Amino acid sequence: MRSLFKYFVRNHVFYLFLLLETFSLVLVINYNNYQKVRYINSANRISGVIYSSLNDVVDYFSLRKINEELARQNSGLLNQLDRLKNEMQGNTSAKVDTSLKNQGFLYMPAKVVNNTVYKPYNYLTLDKGTKDGIKEGQGVISNNKIVGVVINVSRSYSSAISLLNMRFNVSAKLKNNNPFGPLNWDGRNYRYAQFNEIPFHVSLAEGDTVVSSGYSSIFPEGLLIGAVHSFEKKEGENFYSIDVELAVDFKSLSHVQVITNMNLGEIKKLERGQQDEDLD
Amino acid sequence: MRIWIKYGVMFISLVLIQVLLLNQVQFSGYINPYMYILFVLLLPVSTPKYALLLLGFLMGITIDIFMNTPGMHASATVLIAFIRPYILNLISSREMDKSEYPGLKQYGFRWFLYYTSFMVLTHHLFYFYIELFSFSGFFLTFIRSILSSIFSIFVIVLSQYLIFTE
Repeated sequence: MRSLFKYFVRNHVFYLFLLLETFSLVLVINYNNYQKVRYINSANRISGVIYSSLNDVVDYFSLRKINEELARQNSGLLNQLDRLKNEMQGNTSAKVDTSLKNQGFLYMPAKVVNNTVYKPYNYLTLDKGTKDGIKEGQGVISNNKIVGVVINVSRSYSSAISLLNMRFNVSAKLKNNNPFGPLNWDGRNYRYAQFNEIPFHVSLAEGDTVVSSGYSSIFPEGLLIGAVHSFEKKEGENFYSIDVELAVDFKSLSHVQVITNMNLGEIKKLERGQQDEDLD
Repeated sequence: MRIWIKYGVMFISLVLIQVLLLNQVQFSGYINPYMYILFVLLLPVSTPKYALLLLGFLMGITIDIFMNTPGMHASATVLIAFIRPYILNLISSREMDKSEYPGLKQYGFRWFLYYTSFMVLTHHLFYFYIELFSFSGFFLTFIRSILSSIFSIFVIVLSQYLIFTE
């Protein structure tokens, strides 16, 4: 017993090394399995404050760009308002339609305080948290273009998994003829993502618009993702391999909106009920 | 007492430099310099091995918190903290009068460059593969870690002339 104890004391450095290394690797493996950063993430108080104070400084340098972006967004909204007004006057049923469709989702503006594009797994940190009503699993969009999904929330900050993350999948479809499939990112170029599982019989053209399919309860249908940049039919495969040029420039992302699905609880309940019935 | 303050200040400033400066400067997809390991490099030569490991772990986990990379930087930094005594033994000759502080001034340019290169290359190779967590895209990751290493070594050596001159 004594010699065993002595043995451990003599090699304590090696065992400490093994202990710390195992602990870190367990964190890595957990993270890789569950795609969740439970405790160690940038949505905590200290790093949130540091990031947002850096952001306050950096913001001054990009004010012009942000102004342009806001102006563009503004004019887009005005156009939309105009068009809807016209539709309303001409057609009363259109009014009912749009209002019903839009009731399902709530928009909350947020600022991006930290963002990366060059890693295989990129994340965003936003300056809104539980006190603003942000919850895990809400979608993040920028001008009706998909950006990511919130995965962690603290009191005043939240971190979101970016579309530029190899573990992120979003259900997408072609706008003109509706076939859908998963869209993800291969970790190479931050301007392009890959759109999969579109069968060969679908007719494709460069420049076709790719939008969200609405089959997930996170994003509403029809949010812009990007346009088909190039596609090819590979020998021996059943599906096209499609490169999609992303509509969002992730490198200059500053203001985003977090969307809440008002009907999420109901949808979840319905789906759970369905499963229970299947089991019975 | 003074040494605690000195290394405390170094710890905080290296974390801030890494998080606020180097992580924001993303030159291209290939280059991500990690300068914070300078903290492990510059700990006194006679630091007990267990303290090296614990301090390395603390540094790594702090960076992890900022970068949403749970355990990745921690594991890489613990690894280099573990091999540091062996590398010091390997590259120091007996005749050298040993200084407590393994800096560039004390040990000379050539020695410091060897020392930094060994440590940075080990750290970066380990880190980039752990980050990806697979060997797919093996060659791309290899290029990324080598290019980033070169840049990190450059930044670390340069910093010895600019800031940590004592």
